[in-house]
Amino acid sequence: MRTIRFLLQKEFLQIFRNKGMLPIIFLMPVVQLVLLSFAATYEIREVNFHLIDFDQSEASQQLVQKFQATGYFNLQSSSFNVDDGIEKMRSNDVRLALVIPQDFEQRLKLGQFASVQLNIDAVDGTTAGLIQGYGRSIIQDFSSRIRPNVENIKLTNQQGIEVIPASWYNPNLDYIQYMVPGILVVLISMIGMFLSGMNIVREREIGTIEQLNVTPIKRYQFIIGKLLPFWIIALFELGIGLLIAYYGFGVPFVGSAWLLFGIAGIFLLVVQGLGLFISTITDTQQQAMFIAWFLMVVFILMGGLFTPIQSMPVWAQELTIFNPIAHFIEIMRSVMLKGAGWFEVQHLVGLLTVMAVLILPASIFRYRKSTS
Amino acid sequence: MIKAEKLTRKFGDFTAVDHISFEVGAGEIFGFLGANGAGKTTAMRMLTGLLVPTEGEATVAGYDVYEQPEQIKKRIGYMSQKFSLYEDLTVRENIRLYGGIYDLGDQQIKQKSDELVNMLGMKELQNKMIGSLPLGWKQKLAFSVALLHEPDIVFLDEPTGGVDPITRRQFWEQIYKVAEEGTTVFVTTHYMDEAEYCDRVSIMVDGNIDALDTPAGLKEQFDADDIEEVFIRLARGAERGE
Repeated sequence: MRTIRFLLQKEFLQIFRNKGMLPIIFLMPVVQLVLLSFAATYEIREVNFHLIDFDQSEASQQLVQKFQATGYFNLQSSSFNVDDGIEKMRSNDVRLALVIPQDFEQRLKLGQFASVQLNIDAVDGTTAGLIQGYGRSIIQDFSSRIRPNVENIKLTNQQGIEVIPASWYNPNLDYIQYMVPGILVVLISMIGMFLSGMNIVREREIGTIEQLNVTPIKRYQFIIGKLLPFWIIALFELGIGLLIAYYGFGVPFVGSAWLLFGIAGIFLLVVQGLGLFISTITDTQQQAMFIAWFLMVVFILMGGLFTPIQSMPVWAQELTIFNPIAHFIEIMRSVMLKGAGWFEVQHLVGLLTVMAVLILPASIFRYRKSTS
Repeated sequence: MIKAEKLTRKFGDFTAVDHISFEVGAGEIFGFLGANGAGKTTAMRMLTGLLVPTEGEATVAGYDVYEQPEQIKKRIGYMSQKFSLYEDLTVRENIRLYGGIYDLGDQQIKQKSDELVNMLGMKELQNKMIGSLPLGWKQKLAFSVALLHEPDIVFLDEPTGGVDPITRRQFWEQIYKVAEEGTTVFVTTHYMDEAEYCDRVSIMVDGNIDALDTPAGLKEQFDADDIEEVFIRLARGAERGE
């Protein structure tokens, strides 16, 4: 135990003296979260639209006013030809052509269903989805008897019209709430997998490990000395990240923080074990970095951070059982946003524990003080 | 103190150390000479437990290199060819770290640190990062750290490589001092004048020990004026170049 104390002291001195790394380690959560909030603004403002109002009634005028009053849409031009609207869309003057049919007011008065056509520039699918969502809610708000008829138009595509089935509409911030837990997982995975593993390879590269290897230091002491500092730092970062998310972006935290940090501790052992394992099979930091990045990208892309796991092919979905990042992202989202307790996440925690129990001893076993 | 019997190390087809046998007694300064690539470092790495031998037997301080490498490590000090203390730690921090690893008590560490910095004349430098020190100072410090836990045997791999003549002289004074105190010194070197300071000298050529005797004995045996002549005569026949 005493030896470990000296090793920890050494590691922390070195980490806090490393002027290149230290600021990055502690700025990383701030930068990642702030950038995310800017990059992931799913809010639209002042979308120009072209109006084709065949009805010219009071009701149609009220609807158009309501569109403009929200601040999301801006009436750019109007005419009585739908083709004009499409033409304006092609020249990027407008992104939406709103068509109100002749019998609009009449049908509403008779208590029948009226329809309104939204022709949306769908070259940028995400924005098109948002325009559709906003448009729909405005129309529905105006009268529940109007059936919005959405046409997503992809102008680059020569086939003309393509309808994107957008089943969601999502005014701005929900996306951040959904992303933050995942981003935090990536953050602490990077610290866990890269820093501790890389640290060992670095000592091998500069030769200092040899001086340690001729001492009676035990393997487990060395490994704990390497893993524990970054384990602590990663949990600390998670704490900072959660605080920024909660106070800075209003991401709710409805679950138990103790539970989350407990699971994060297990998860970190898994990724640190992987980093350690990589360090035992590589000789240079370059090799270790390359392998770690490869794994990391696979884990992230297949981990449900950007795209839901449910939309992957079945074989790929089955492979996620080996992906610790996928499990922890799911745990983070359920605990943070849905307030899931131990009962709801225990099967995933079980998987993580099994991984930690397998990978960690395997890497300690592979780590050798002497070359055979 | 050290006993090697047909000790061999192969790397694939290449036999770096080829059935070498020798004994080193307690308190002896044993010089291990050889051209670059002759297998000196490989032999030393096997004796210090950094490398597992392919064949042969060896015991260090009475412990077997295959079975009890950790016991050996408690009783040896090692100074590698490449400087391997932490450059981003200060002189005192390095001493403290290795003191801690060798299980010295807190009081002992403090006392040893004071002793060392005084002896090395590093009092002003004790809180400086090692990376900023000149090579000669670093080497002296590495030597002292290797002796921190008062080992039975200290292995020095080219300790004076790249240092100036004055520092070299000081180095050898240190080596004599620890040998007098009873520590066995196993040292490799390129400098033939240094070989003269050793109690016994072995000369390795192509993985074999071609000569082993006292410096005087070697000169007599090869009818040479100095060890350099003996060395050149032996090394000329070497197959492995630089």
